[in-house]
This record gives sequence, structure tokens and C-alpha cells, in this order.
Amino acid sequence: MKALDKKLLRDLRHIWTQVLAVALVMAAGVATILIAIGAHRSLDGTRNVYYERYRFADVFTSATRAPVSVVERILRIPGVSIAEGRIVKPVLLDIEGMSEPASGLAISLPPGRQPHLNALFMRSGRLPKADAGFEVVISESFAEAHRFTAGSKFKALLNGRKRELKVTGIALSPEYIYALGPGEFLPDDRRFGVLWMAEETMEAAFDLDGAINNVTIKLLKGASQPAVIAAVDRLLARYGGLGAYGRKDQASHEFLDSELQELEAMRNVLPPIFMIVTAFLVNMIMSRIIALEREQIGLLKAVGYSRSGIAWHYIKFVLCISAVGIMIGYGLGQWLGRGLTRIYAEFFRYPFLIFDSSTDIFLAAAAISATAGLAGASGSVWQAATLPAAVAMRPPAPVAYSSLFSRHLKVITAFNQVTRMTLRHMVRKPLRAGGTLLGIALSLSVLISSLFAFDSIDFMIDTLYFRTDRQHATLSFADDRHPRALQEAAHLPGVMRAEPARAIPARIRNGNKSRRIAVIGKPRNADMSLVVDLDIRPVKLPRQGLVISDKLASLLDATTGQYVTLELLDGKRRSVEVIVSAKVRSYIGLLAAMDLDALNEIAGDGPRISSVSLAIDTNRTDALYEKVKALPAVASITLQRVSLALFRDTLAQNIAMMMTVYTSLGVIIAFGVAYNSARIQLSERARELASLRVLGFTRQEVARILLNELAILTALALPLGWLGGYGLAWLTAQGLDTEVHRIPFIIDRDTYAWASVVLVAAVAVSALIVRLRINKLDLIAVLKTRD
Amino acid sequence: MAAVVFKAEDVTKTYVTGDVAVHALRGVDLELFEGELAVMLGPSGSGKSTLLNILGGIDTATSGSARFKDLDLTGQDERTLTFYRRNHVGFVFQFYNLIPSLTALENVALVTEIARDPMSPAEALELVALSDRANHFPAQLSGGEQQRVAIARAIAKRPEVLLCDEPTGALDSKTGVLVLDALMSVNRELSTTTAIITHNAETRKIAHRVFYFHDGRIARCETNETRLEPREIVW
Repeated sequence: MKALDKKLLRDLRHIWTQVLAVALVMAAGVATILIAIGAHRSLDGTRNVYYERYRFADVFTSATRAPVSVVERILRIPGVSIAEGRIVKPVLLDIEGMSEPASGLAISLPPGRQPHLNALFMRSGRLPKADAGFEVVISESFAEAHRFTAGSKFKALLNGRKRELKVTGIALSPEYIYALGPGEFLPDDRRFGVLWMAEETMEAAFDLDGAINNVTIKLLKGASQPAVIAAVDRLLARYGGLGAYGRKDQASHEFLDSELQELEAMRNVLPPIFMIVTAFLVNMIMSRIIALEREQIGLLKAVGYSRSGIAWHYIKFVLCISAVGIMIGYGLGQWLGRGLTRIYAEFFRYPFLIFDSSTDIFLAAAAISATAGLAGASGSVWQAATLPAAVAMRPPAPVAYSSLFSRHLKVITAFNQVTRMTLRHMVRKPLRAGGTLLGIALSLSVLISSLFAFDSIDFMIDTLYFRTDRQHATLSFADDRHPRALQEAAHLPGVMRAEPARAIPARIRNGNKSRRIAVIGKPRNADMSLVVDLDIRPVKLPRQGLVISDKLASLLDATTGQYVTLELLDGKRRSVEVIVSAKVRSYIGLLAAMDLDALNEIAGDGPRISSVSLAIDTNRTDALYEKVKALPAVASITLQRVSLALFRDTLAQNIAMMMTVYTSLGVIIAFGVAYNSARIQLSERARELASLRVLGFTRQEVARILLNELAILTALALPLGWLGGYGLAWLTAQGLDTEVHRIPFIIDRDTYAWASVVLVAAVAVSALIVRLRINKLDLIAVLKTRD
Repeated sequence: MAAVVFKAEDVTKTYVTGDVAVHALRGVDLELFEGELAVMLGPSGSGKSTLLNILGGIDTATSGSARFKDLDLTGQDERTLTFYRRNHVGFVFQFYNLIPSLTALENVALVTEIARDPMSPAEALELVALSDRANHFPAQLSGGEQQRVAIARAIAKRPEVLLCDEPTGALDSKTGVLVLDALMSVNRELSTTTAIITHNAETRKIAHRVFYFHDGRIARCETNETRLEPREIVW
């Protein structure tokens, strides 16, 4: 090993704590890149392969009842490559040991084979046979939740008749990677399952002999999806077609898209922060090292080392720090990536999901980090390379403090000598003071943007469960019913009040912008299931006109008072112009609501309802469930209490993980910045501080002088960090703002306070470590050395 | 007979680094009296600075005893020594050790703010004839001026002892004279016991007594019958 490299290694070892502090910040950057890109690739890449192998359809549509022959006609539409008819029906499940009914979605399978589209990945068992009773293949998540295996049995209400179903296999489907039950927005594996049954069995059970009610379509390459959708809709209109839609509106696909969008947001926000802080810390360390080694640099040049040789020496120094950071980051990224994949595996059901940590991501992350480090060091390295040997051998000019600070800044005389020292020191190195301040502020911002999730979720729960949907339970019908059903529901055991609602699938259009939604009709005087305005106050629905969520309004570019086109895909399938009478708040999906009577009027098929909100006597739920399990018209019953518990559990788990990670990242930045800043000050001012010790200052007093600056900078960083945290939290909220869901942008004062407490603690710990070094100041050496 | 301020008996100091033991002091006996100005001469490594550091409370003896009046300096804890330095000792260093971010006046004030019975910083600067440079930063002062600020800083607390390690070592002769003048006038006017380490043998002529160090011991001690003023000595 060359002598210069030995020097390098020894120097690194000498300041290993500082190297580690920088490396940790860099590692956090590397890890976030690895996680964000790795998870994105895992989800997206696996999804693409899965879709292709298991032939995920491009277009989906359903109808009330259509002859099988319609599939032939769909096949003749230009651009259609495969079309497959099937029966899809919601069913109520009665599972032993579970008092409340679960919901299922029964899907028919062609006789004796896999479907052409949306093929099943069979985890175990075999496909169901038609002639062997009610055999089913069930979705894996549902099977796991109930510990069902091939041979297990449970009951289901098929078209009003209770049947015993026998599990023959467990499967996954590209159509249900993210499987949501009716009325839910988080997967509940216990209360929702997908069941695949033989076509013949379903035809018989649902009186659909020779008929289908659902078609899936694969397009030819280059085919126009809108044209195919329009043609399919025309064909199915007379069979009660509910409007075809592409993958973009397919629930599972849409949720995955939204998750991918969030990962992109994370990738765009966090790594840049870490890289900026890394560059700053490397800059701070390298400029100090080069200042300390000034005379050595002169000597090296005097004995014949070239400029590039010197520059390379210090570049290697930075590369070594980067190598440590990259290695730690790699390990951290792998570990966190696996954790994230485990969480994903709970929500997203893939046949396999491997955290993608391909070499190219790693190399990219490594290159970005090393570049950030080198960018931070470039100034000092250039200085070292270009410093003339003769100048370098001489000690640097004494530190010149201008009298400017004392003459013109009269305010300084108000402070004692120790504070004056601190203030002048800060003013003399404004870049470093500014950088330290910025670093600490950034760390506080990261902390706030992680802690604010609590406030946001609290607010969301309050809005969703206590201001919007205040009913105890929601009963959904398999098909729209006459309002008589409301009376029947009101007479169910334990029901105290009942309130009707209707949902009609529709396309809402403004100019060339359109979305596929469900228009919800609610009574004007609704008391349980409400719509709330942008300030979360209940909205009384207008007699005419539509209220839409602000998200939908922005997607359609529509404002209040404007007319939009509503193409209803059910009832008489009318297309009407309706006025947007208000914008309302909704955190889940895209909301469009209107008065139930008004909706029924434009639907034109007479008074209908599709669900009922219930207030129930919680002591009599078991009786209610018993009764509901036998009602043929009911597709599902969802309980707000259960849904809220699931929401809390799921989010609590995810947020706890996210919070731990983000808070650690924030603390790493705070520690890295504060520790390095204090250490370098200690190095620069060791002589000054040791002199003060000799003059009779105690360790405590000397420490105060050293750490005063850090304390002042931390205090100044607080308001900046609050502001930055507000901004970063806003960015986070924006990242989570998708068509599927969004989170309220709410930051409580407590969050600012807690984040500040964590930050101050992190800074205090780093200060304490540096404080211990003050005890080791060499009082004698200082008397014999020049500056 | 003036009172004894420092009393060292058989003081030894051994520095051990790895396997090597360096005997900096091999048994030193010494007494310094109130108001006395002592000069310590000797080659590098002869033990002068080590003794001064022990007397000043920034280093401790390996064996023997060193006393400041009634205070035994050997075996004291760090905190006691800090307060000993703060309240009784003035230090002057070869390289001044001023705080670059404080003006001359503020450098003096730095010490007066923590001392028990200090003079005003302006008064201290007056004593070293630097009143007109009070608001200058160290970088704006010459070496001699910086050293006089250091002396003002050392005496402003009215210390009983003034310990000077090569106070003129970094200065030219003309400036050196000014610094020694300042030290002598302080010694005279405030009766501060003063010990000066120097390599310049001529400086011995301004002292009451001269200690010659050699190989970790005091080889001999001379008493000057007549003392010269700094400007009278030949550099």
C-alpha cells in the first residue's frame, strides 16, 4: 500500500465518528432510493409479468342478463382479440364461528378449464367440477383468514337459497391483486372472498341458463380502447349493460396504480433531501481536513506530488466515506425493503412478490450518493490541488475578525464576551452556520412530515366515521329494489332507523374530460349517511343539481354553477346535463351525489334504492345477522364499527412502520449535522477553548461556549423547520392524493411541538458526545503551539 | 522576609507514552516568594515548562509536593485546579493565545467576567499602555501588542502569581523589551510573584533570582544584587 493511502486510512480511522455520521445520512438517502425504486419495480414489474402470464383483461363490463351469443358479436368488434362471457354475482356467506355475514363475489369458470382471460394461479387444489355439487375455488387471502383448505366447507346464500360450498382449491387472480369487498376501501380478508364456481353450477343457481352478465375483453395491439368500449356499450345497452371500462377503472389495478404513484412521490421528495445534507456535511468535513493538512499538502507538493495526485488523494477520502454510506444504505434498504414487501404482501396478492434490488438500482443509488459527496467536497479539493506549495507550507493568515461587527452592530455590545464570540464566529462562517441551520431545519421538517400522518388520520377517521357515514351498518342489495325494501329493512330485528340510498354507475363528462363513477342518491333530509362540504359541515342536497368532491371537480376541470354531462349506465340509460351546485369533501374515491328523488327521476325507472343505512340496537346484532343471512336480496352488510377497527388497525400498523422509518431518518439528519458541526468547531477552536481552560474557565463554561452556537442555530432552525415541515407535509399529502384516496392536510400544534422535542433531543445527544471530548482537551500542548 | 508563595519539594514528573518513559522532572525543590520576579533558564527539555505547568495547575506532579500557599497542588481534582487557576494564577504564553473573535478589551473582559476581584479591563490595558488599541481584534495588532493584551488579560484578575512561558519567544528585541517592561511594572506595582521562562540568557538580569534548569533538575540558583531594566539588556 502506498504511503499516501496509509495516511488516508489512518485519517479516516481518526475521525471515524464523523465519517459514520455522514455515512448514515448518505445511507438514509441510498436506502430511500432503493426502497422507493425497488418497491415500485417489485409492484409494477411483478404486476406486468403476472398480467401477461395470466392474461389480465383490458376491458371489463357487466350487464343484467345477456345471451351467450353476445360474446360472438363482441368478438367481431374491430380491435377485440378475445372476449369471454361469464357470470359474476355478489353472494352472502355464512361462515361457522362468525356471527356477521361475510360477502363473496362468485365468478363462473368455463367447463373443465381455466378461462382465457384472468386465469387463476392455483396455489393448491383443483378447479371445481360442475357435476359434483357446489364446488368452489376460493381466493387465497380469504382462505388464509379462515384457515380453509381443499375440503373445507362453508355456506352461502345463492339466489336466496342457502347452499353448502366445498372448497376444491385456493387461487390468486390478476383481477383481485387488491381485493376489496363491497363498500370497503381496505381489504378485509375475513369478511370478503372471491369464489370461482363452475359455469353450469352458477347458471343453475342464478337462473341464468344460456346467459351471462359479465364480459371481459382483450384488445389487439394498437386497438382503440375508447372505440371498443363505445361499441360494447352499444351492444350491451339492451341487456342492461352497466358501461364498459378499461384497466384504469378496474378497482385492483387502480389501487396498485395509486400505490405506485405514492412510491414515486416518496422517491422524488426524500432522496434529494438526504443528498443535499450529505453534500453539505462532506463539504464541512473536507474543508476542515484540508485546512488542518495545509502544511502537509505544501510538503507533498514540495517533494513532487502533482496537483492531480493531491486532488485524487482527497477524492479517495470522499469515496471512502461514500463507500461506507452506500454499504450501510444497501443493508438498510434491503432490510426496509423486505419489511415493505411484507406489508405489501398483506394488501397485494401476487403469486410471488420479491423485493427488487437489482444491481442497476444499487449502482444508480451509489452513483448519486458518491456524486453528492464529491459535489460537496469539490471546492475544498480544488483549493487543496491549486494551493501553491510555498504558500501551503506557511501557516494560514491569522483569522481576521472585522471590527465591523463591533462598530456597526451596536447590538452586539449588549451581550457578554462568550455570546459575542459565538455571534462573531457565526457571522464569520456564514455558509457553515447557514448550512448547519438548514440541515437541522430539514431534519425537523422530515420529522413533522412523518408525525403529521397521525393528525391527518385522526381527522380522516372523524370525518369518515363520525361526520359523513354515521350509520351503524349498511345493507346493500344485489339489485336495485323498490323503496318497499326500506320498510322491510326497517322492520329487521334490532333496526331502529333506516335511510335509503341508490348508486348508479355513470360517466360524468365535462368537455373532453370524463370519469367513470357511481352517482349516489341520498334523501335530502338524510341524518345518517351525509355529504360534507369543504369545511366538513353537513350539506343539504339541493333539489336539483349535483354535488361533486373537489377531487372530481379538479379532474373534470369543473366548477360550481357549471353544467356537466351525466351519462347514466343503468335505469333508462339517459344522458342529462346537470348543474354542479356545490363542491364537497371526500377522502375516498370520487364522489358525486344528488337528491335521491332527483336521481330516480333522471334515471327514469321509477323509485329504486340500492342500499339502506341502518341505526341498530347493538344488543341485537346477532338476531339481525341471522335474519340477513337468509335474505335473498341482500348482497352484503357492512358494519361501520368493524370497518373503523380495520381502518385503525391497518393504518396504525402501516403508520407505525412509516413513522419509525421517517423519524429515524429525521434523527439521523439532525444527529449527522449537529454532531459534525460541533466536532468541527471543536477541532477549529480547540486551542481557543484550551486557552480558556488554562485561564480558569471550567469544562462546563467552555462547553457552553462551544455549544452556544449549536443552541442558537437550533433555536433559529425551529421556525424554519416548522415552515419546511408544513411544506414537506403538504408534498406528502399531494403524493397521497390520487383518484383512489387522499388524506386531509392537517397538522396539529402538538405535532410541531413533538417533532421539535425529538429534534432538540437528537441535537442534545450529539452535543453531549462532543461535550465529553472537551474533557480531553490538551491544556499543555496548546501553550506551545501556534494557530 | 517575604512570605513563601510556591513551595516545591522533590517534584518529579514522568510522561509515559507506550513503552517509553520520559523523565521531565527528576526531583525539583524550589521556593518562590511574594513579589519576587524569577527567571528560569535552561535548554529545551530541561523541565522548566513542566514545573511551570505544575505550579500553574494545568499539570500534576508524579511524586513530591507542590504547594501554593496553603493549597497542596498535588492530588487535587480537576475542578479545584480550575478554580485555583481562575482565582490565583495569571498565564502568559509564547503564542499569546488570544481569542481571535474578541477585541483586545473583550479578551481582557473575558477573564474579568469570571474573576472574584478584577480591575476593569480598561485599567488593565492602561497598565500595558494599550488603551488606544482597545477595540482592535488580535489580527489587527502586532505580535508585541498581542502579547501585551495577553499580559493585561493575565493581570486583570489581580492574580497572586504570574506565570510566563517564553513571553518574548515569538517577538523581536524591540517588542520584547516592551513586553518585559510591562511584566516588570506589573511585578513592581502589584507585587505579583512572577516567573518567566526564557531561552534568552540576558533576560536573567531583570530578575531577583535566576534558576538554571538542566536535565529535569535545578542545577543552580543565582541571586542578582542589582537588576537591570529591560531596555538596558543586550539581546
